[in-house]
Amino acid sequence: MPTNHPGKRSGGDSGVPVRIQVTSSDDPRAGRIVEGARHLGVSGLVACRVSRVHYLQGDLSADDIDRLCREVLADPVVDQLVVGPPETTPHPAVEVAPRPGVTDTEARELERAAAALGLPPVRASTARRYELIGDLDGAAVSAVSRRLLANDTVEQFSLDSIPPSFDTPATAGARVESVGLSGLAEADLMSLSRERLLSLDLAEMRAIQEHFGREGRDPTDAELETLAQTWSEHCMHKTFRARVRLEHIGADGSVTVAHYDGLLAALRTVTEELDPPWLRSAFDDNAGIVAFDDDFDLAFKVETHNHPSALEPFGGANTGIGGVVRDVMGVSARPIACTDVLCFGPPDLADRDLPPGVLHPRRVRDGVVAGIGDYGNKLGLPTVNGAVLYDEGYIANPLVYCGALGLLPSGSHPTDPGVGDRIIAIGGRTGRDGIHGATFSSAGMDEATAEQAGTVVQIGDPITEKGCIEVVEEARDLRLYHAITDCGAGGFSSAVGEMGEHLGAEVDLAGAPLKYEGLEPWEIWLSEAQERMVMAVPPGDVETLRRLCDRHDVEMTDLGSFTGTGRLVVRHGETPVVDLPMDFLHGGVPRREMVGRWADPAPAPGRVPDADPARLVLDLLSHPTVASKEAIVRTYDHEVRGGTVGRPFVGVRADGPGDGAVLKPLGTWGHDMAVALAVGINPRIGRLDPWAMALHAIDEAVRNLVAVGADPGRVALLDNFCWGDPTKPDRLGSLVRAVEGCLEGARRYRMPFISGKDSLFNEFAGEAIPGTLLISALGLVPDLHWTIGSALTRTGHDLWLVGEPSERLGGSLVDDLLGIGDRLVPPAVEDPLRRYLAVHRLIAEGSVTAAHDVSDGGVAAAVAEMAVGGRLGVDVTVPAPGESVVVALTNEAPGRLLLESPRARRDRIATRLGSLGRRIGGVTAAPYIRIRVAGPVAGLEPVTIELDAAVRAFTGRGRSPDGRP
Amino acid sequence: MRRCEPSPDEEDPRTDALEEGTCENSPKEDAVAAPPILILHSPGTNRDAEAALAVKLAGGDPSIVSMNDLRGGAVSMSGFAALLLPGGFSYGDALGAGTRLALELRTWLYEELAGAVRSGRPVLGICNGFQALLKSGLLGEPRAPRRVTLTDNANGRFECRWVNLRVEPGCRSGWLSAIEGTLIRCPVAHGEGRVAVTDPEVARTLEDSGLVAFRYLSGDSHAGGERVAGGQYPANPNGSVADIAGLCDPTGTAVGLMPHPEDHVADWQRPGGPPGGQGLALFEAFVDAAR
Repeated sequence: MPTNHPGKRSGGDSGVPVRIQVTSSDDPRAGRIVEGARHLGVSGLVACRVSRVHYLQGDLSADDIDRLCREVLADPVVDQLVVGPPETTPHPAVEVAPRPGVTDTEARELERAAAALGLPPVRASTARRYELIGDLDGAAVSAVSRRLLANDTVEQFSLDSIPPSFDTPATAGARVESVGLSGLAEADLMSLSRERLLSLDLAEMRAIQEHFGREGRDPTDAELETLAQTWSEHCMHKTFRARVRLEHIGADGSVTVAHYDGLLAALRTVTEELDPPWLRSAFDDNAGIVAFDDDFDLAFKVETHNHPSALEPFGGANTGIGGVVRDVMGVSARPIACTDVLCFGPPDLADRDLPPGVLHPRRVRDGVVAGIGDYGNKLGLPTVNGAVLYDEGYIANPLVYCGALGLLPSGSHPTDPGVGDRIIAIGGRTGRDGIHGATFSSAGMDEATAEQAGTVVQIGDPITEKGCIEVVEEARDLRLYHAITDCGAGGFSSAVGEMGEHLGAEVDLAGAPLKYEGLEPWEIWLSEAQERMVMAVPPGDVETLRRLCDRHDVEMTDLGSFTGTGRLVVRHGETPVVDLPMDFLHGGVPRREMVGRWADPAPAPGRVPDADPARLVLDLLSHPTVASKEAIVRTYDHEVRGGTVGRPFVGVRADGPGDGAVLKPLGTWGHDMAVALAVGINPRIGRLDPWAMALHAIDEAVRNLVAVGADPGRVALLDNFCWGDPTKPDRLGSLVRAVEGCLEGARRYRMPFISGKDSLFNEFAGEAIPGTLLISALGLVPDLHWTIGSALTRTGHDLWLVGEPSERLGGSLVDDLLGIGDRLVPPAVEDPLRRYLAVHRLIAEGSVTAAHDVSDGGVAAAVAEMAVGGRLGVDVTVPAPGESVVVALTNEAPGRLLLESPRARRDRIATRLGSLGRRIGGVTAAPYIRIRVAGPVAGLEPVTIELDAAVRAFTGRGRSPDGRP
Repeated sequence: MRRCEPSPDEEDPRTDALEEGTCENSPKEDAVAAPPILILHSPGTNRDAEAALAVKLAGGDPSIVSMNDLRGGAVSMSGFAALLLPGGFSYGDALGAGTRLALELRTWLYEELAGAVRSGRPVLGICNGFQALLKSGLLGEPRAPRRVTLTDNANGRFECRWVNLRVEPGCRSGWLSAIEGTLIRCPVAHGEGRVAVTDPEVARTLEDSGLVAFRYLSGDSHAGGERVAGGQYPANPNGSVADIAGLCDPTGTAVGLMPHPEDHVADWQRPGGPPGGQGLALFEAFVDAAR
């Protein structure tokens, strides 16, 4: 090992930390940094030398340090080592370190490794060093540092050597402050709400003032914070529980008014109407639950982590996955898969179009993708399904939807905490991180948000969560707990407050394990530090649980007990912190009365410009929303647990797009049934008609499921609404219209919603995102051998098209691409189940060899994708709804599927489909995609695209240097 | 409940549905008792359940044992006929893939492991298990400086994709000889799987000494028509020198590989292509050697 070891040194006696710098030869990160700099317009950077820097403080001898270097820090084959100050370099060097208090698992593991070697206790701190080689002036170094190497929200950087920052103790805690409320006037109440980041409105502040007036005292800081978190939009869903009046103004000026006694109640009502026998739990718990087979149920939940991802993309997405996985653990399920749907601004956005205080969409995307991969991969969960969309509406406010699927033995999830049960917390330690997350996500963002939000954004620690997964599963099987929930928004306050809602609880915070000293009681109580679960455990089972925790290196703490007094009482040692009646905490929030207004846009068909159809199809294929997501999805382990049957990639080169995921859960190999997951999302339609967006999104999710072999008669849906500030009538109007679309969709498709989530206040400086509804669908494939892909399989096979085209281009990708401005959205499918059941029967009997849904880019893009996946040609004639070839090729009418099938099945398919579909051509050996248009424009030359050109457009190979979409 | 003692009948919802499977291969029938096989679980291990399934289908009797139970003496390695280190991110891999697990192996289990290897009890490390075996020194000559490592993929990213492998005919591993030349299709899923050496001479020495156990083959390889990947991405998914996907120790008893043969033990798991190429063959050889 080449070392530069300046003789005897000790890190201990002088208290000066030892600095150890490790540099790998051929570090592949270097090339990525050079490329990233080029995207920033810094062309002078020709190379970069990346090093890991470690500081160790402790009573270490030179031999100790040598052992640590040899056994832990430096690989003898690829690493070079410098112990002591960095060598002088002619190049500018930048060092980046996590801010104090930010999770640094590398430092923690280094401390543990030193202990495993039997060394004296050490404290560790880490940094990264980048030597920037090339011709860079100060401005270029600063740009690269700020915009590429360090994120100010969670990291600090320094030119040349950064001093170590060990987690430094702050001032001693245990202070409880009383907040003067009595006698405050309206304006003072509201400024208090703002100053303390409570996000409470006047009626809510008044209700709190009145409550403490009755008690004859002022609230403590912790009481006020507990109420603010519990009553936050994020936790309480005040908008979805409010009484809502919708004024719907039609395009002709007519006004219809509708009243909703709670939007959530409305969604729940339809689920109760449908009430399928396989439904286990809807809307009641952390995740929706449906039956899988005779022995197991499936739990499914999708969450969003938008604001944190906007500020710190890696950490935001990282903890997004962590959070939704804990939701599934919160219904006693073993997590078995993840999903992700991501909405970003355009990756090629010009710098001048980037609002101040906003990270570039490319940086957001790269960070989010890395964060999702890191957490899912380290949990050993396949990230199998999702979507990535690019739209200018998401530049300042990206959307990060994270989903988790879990498996649990039927009836194994207890929800009945008892008086005397201990309140047990397991998992990560509590720090100041994540305080105010719930109230933060219940307000809009602006330029200054990044500075205020330092404590809100966190970096995850997936290995701690992985330990919790093992412990919870084992504890569940031994029936060690009576109730379980995750520590999400609001931290202990929500977890204990919700679990003890009908009992009351008494908690002592003094025993809570902390990441560092100095937290005040309210901070411990409200911290949203990650990777924690809370359980109600009978006293006699606590020791058994402790043994399970020890086995998996998971920390466990007894916080107190459930009491039966109906009050939430929190102490820190002897100091009273909180004493609130549960019924006020959970029932005291005034119900909101809200008004929404939606005006249908005046119908205005756009003028379709002349465009070279072949060129247009290639442009659609290479559009970032359509093009291959391989560069992203291959960084996710989508194979772990050995059950991935329907994959993100299909075809002979495994580079065609998969429509949905099919999974065979481990432990259920005794039969052939499998689970299918798919999504539908289209914000472009939502801008014109949110009601139609809901129906189109449901249809897209369902046809994706059907395409991979799922039974359309057994599908459960999840809704995720991401909208702007709902106190503004236009935002709420659009949201209510989307909910109305969901209600209609659930009835029309006979598919219940089993869980959902809303993320409101997605605004930046007063500009809202396009209201975006994600529909996630969970289906069953009766026999996993039926699973098919979208790639063509054989020359000579027929191609069939199910469904009808539309002349309307409103909300389509081609409308966006060519700036057509059509405001008419294709009509929703009237009788969807008939066609999907017919297709499902054809797949079940083995008549279909490939199936693909028609969505972004229309039938031309879908046909081309099938050809790319199979590396086979096609020759088809598609129906024209009017006189335009462009419209015939690219309209995005819903309800359409392409099917490939052997000729021998022709009659059978024709019989089964009847008027629902037609044969449009076949698969050819010639390497061309030929599309003719039937109807009024028949007789024109076919649109012809070379297969190779389509492959290049879709996969991006030979298009951009890193192959990124 | 994780089975910490060799008590295979304890219920585990992830493997007990195996008994009357229909979508799986039936467990290998054998008159001889199934050899007990230890599957090591440390914090962050994650392909343990699939590895246990593969061992079971191959006729072995798997027990997933936690590192802490081994270290604390609740379970002893001596009762097992073979040891499997599965994939995952042990201890979060925060100090480099497999580094901390390698340290734990050296600190707590080195004598037992080295003893197992000396006595011919097969040891198999997959992905993170391979990284830990290699970095612990268990795959090299005792006390010789290590000249081979596993490091960042050449493209700097985690990579998940199916690859073609060959069990190298010249490999000196006794228990692999039963399946030498066999083609296996299975996924890789790793960020630090590139085999790197101190100098090119080392790669030749590995080859000449019969220590190369697996190689990446080109995408169009098939039985009787195989070609090595020739360093070409994506057939060689990580830029490993000489297309090396797996190695064995000088005795041939301990074997490690980056890809995941445990994720291909049933035909339906394979993403299209010609039948065959299951990873089960490797586990059958492993279990047979443990008898």
